[in-house]
Amino acid sequence: MSTVETRAGEYKMELTQEQLDILEGKKGETMAKVIKTVVMFGEIFGAKRLVPITHNSGHLVTSFGIGILAPLYRTMDELINAGIKVKGDFTVDPRPLDYKNVKCTMLEKLLFNKILYSKQEQYESQLKKVGLKDEDGFTCTCYLPEVGNTPKEGDILAWAESSAVVYANSVLGARCNRNSGMLDLFSSIVGYVPEFGLLTDEGRKASWKVYVNTTKKPEAQVLGSAIGMKVMEDVPYVYGLDKFLGTELNDENKSYLKDFGAATASNGAVGLYHIDNLTPEAKRCGEELIKPDAKEYIIDDAELERIKNSYPIMWKDPNKKADKCFIGCPHLTLQQLKDWTDKIEKGLKETGRKKVALTTVFTAAPGVVKEFQKSEHYPRLMAAGAKLSSICPLMYTNNPLTKKYNIATNSNKLRTYSAARFYEDDEMLAIIVGKEGH
Amino acid sequence: MKSFKGRVIAGGNFKGEAVVSRQGLNTLATFQKSALTRSKEVIGSDQNNPDVFGKKLTGKVLCLPQTIGSTTGGLVIQTVCSLKANPAAFLFSEHIDSLAASGIVLAKVWENSDVIAIDLLGQEFLDTVKTGDTVEIKEDGTVTIL
Repeated sequence: MSTVETRAGEYKMELTQEQLDILEGKKGETMAKVIKTVVMFGEIFGAKRLVPITHNSGHLVTSFGIGILAPLYRTMDELINAGIKVKGDFTVDPRPLDYKNVKCTMLEKLLFNKILYSKQEQYESQLKKVGLKDEDGFTCTCYLPEVGNTPKEGDILAWAESSAVVYANSVLGARCNRNSGMLDLFSSIVGYVPEFGLLTDEGRKASWKVYVNTTKKPEAQVLGSAIGMKVMEDVPYVYGLDKFLGTELNDENKSYLKDFGAATASNGAVGLYHIDNLTPEAKRCGEELIKPDAKEYIIDDAELERIKNSYPIMWKDPNKKADKCFIGCPHLTLQQLKDWTDKIEKGLKETGRKKVALTTVFTAAPGVVKEFQKSEHYPRLMAAGAKLSSICPLMYTNNPLTKKYNIATNSNKLRTYSAARFYEDDEMLAIIVGKEGH
Repeated sequence: MKSFKGRVIAGGNFKGEAVVSRQGLNTLATFQKSALTRSKEVIGSDQNNPDVFGKKLTGKVLCLPQTIGSTTGGLVIQTVCSLKANPAAFLFSEHIDSLAASGIVLAKVWENSDVIAIDLLGQEFLDTVKTGDTVEIKEDGTVTIL
């Protein structure tokens, strides 16, 4: 090993000869800029070296061809012209548009196609050229088995999608910082990522002890929101949740942790949480993961109620009923789709309705949708009048024209980044099946 | 007149008018509207941040604790720098966050931007500086509120 500092006086980080050669332009000017970006970023956080990414598939956060991001398309062209691709392949966040399953007015289409997402086609073509896995690679839940981009415990990643980062760190036991868009791509190209923060043992230690003292299983999205708002970017170690979720990971509690984690990451900036007796590192290391000076946060029924009541209602007319609802931010698991189908069918029987009471869009990864379409639940959900899409609800609502709709959701992430109003699952179901008073 | 010393992320000498965000600045929400209209001047458009909402940010000294929000934040900073509509300087009271850090690095490496960024200026800096103050920044990370 030598250091760039001794050779160029510019960097403090220890770099291998191969990395130095790339920095000095031996693999071309564009590759030099790519690795320079990664090294400079790492140095800001005190990284001493770059470590290899050990999982073959990356995941990019930027999936939308939003017209304003001109430097993105220029940079992609520069990479393509230099013949640069990622090592391995990558999946990417969901597409912003799905006119087939999420209907839009002519005016909305005009806004999406000509202004907001005017570069979508061009950008998707660029993504394919630098290593997009396949046409079905558009989802925020790339780690689900039906998608197949599932890191193993201890893998080093360079992802940026906040809900995927927190899931990979916490539930899968992989190691990934909360990266920004572009850094996810550049790190996947060089195959290395700066070692700091959640990539280190010390950075994975908890500075909060959270005690869940509720009388029933807390709503994942509200519990995650409460913890995110309290601990912000810190690591929480959560006691008391194993009482409701059990001590072995399974499809049901992994779905719960997916939604819980997305809320911690979007309502705060959590990149990793430990659940006592359940998540891999907590099971292996227990309280050794907690820093000696950790702060405490106790969550009971009243605290969850306080958090829920603190959400501002951003609807233009809060007295009107919801026009549309989105379920699936982050994208739903196969089991969640089946559970919603059962609940809606039962609810419609109770209300005497044949179809859902408002436009109801369920969103899931293309791979999950394909599996769901093979199941006996699929025709039942369609018969209830619901829609199924792989769109990104966030990108759809990132449109000034949607402000005229009262959009409802059970996602705390969607609530945070849009004017959608949050409802817990039971309330959401009551609205969907048209129960009186909802 | 009061001086503070921070860590230089991207250095430079500059004297200009401060715009202060007391809370974490949501990059996408703040810059999106102006970028969408390709305006030569960025006007803060985050309605949830009254400190900067409606204020001109282009060419100003933006003082803030950290940035928050979407992980597209880095790209957004790169974009406003490429349009030369960026604040002349970002002065962070805390350690720069990963999204802003990405944005500054992307702007320097890919846009040859002359944007200035200094972090670790401390809470006292943020408590002292007010929107409208004249702030002088030196290459070594010294920030003086005149």
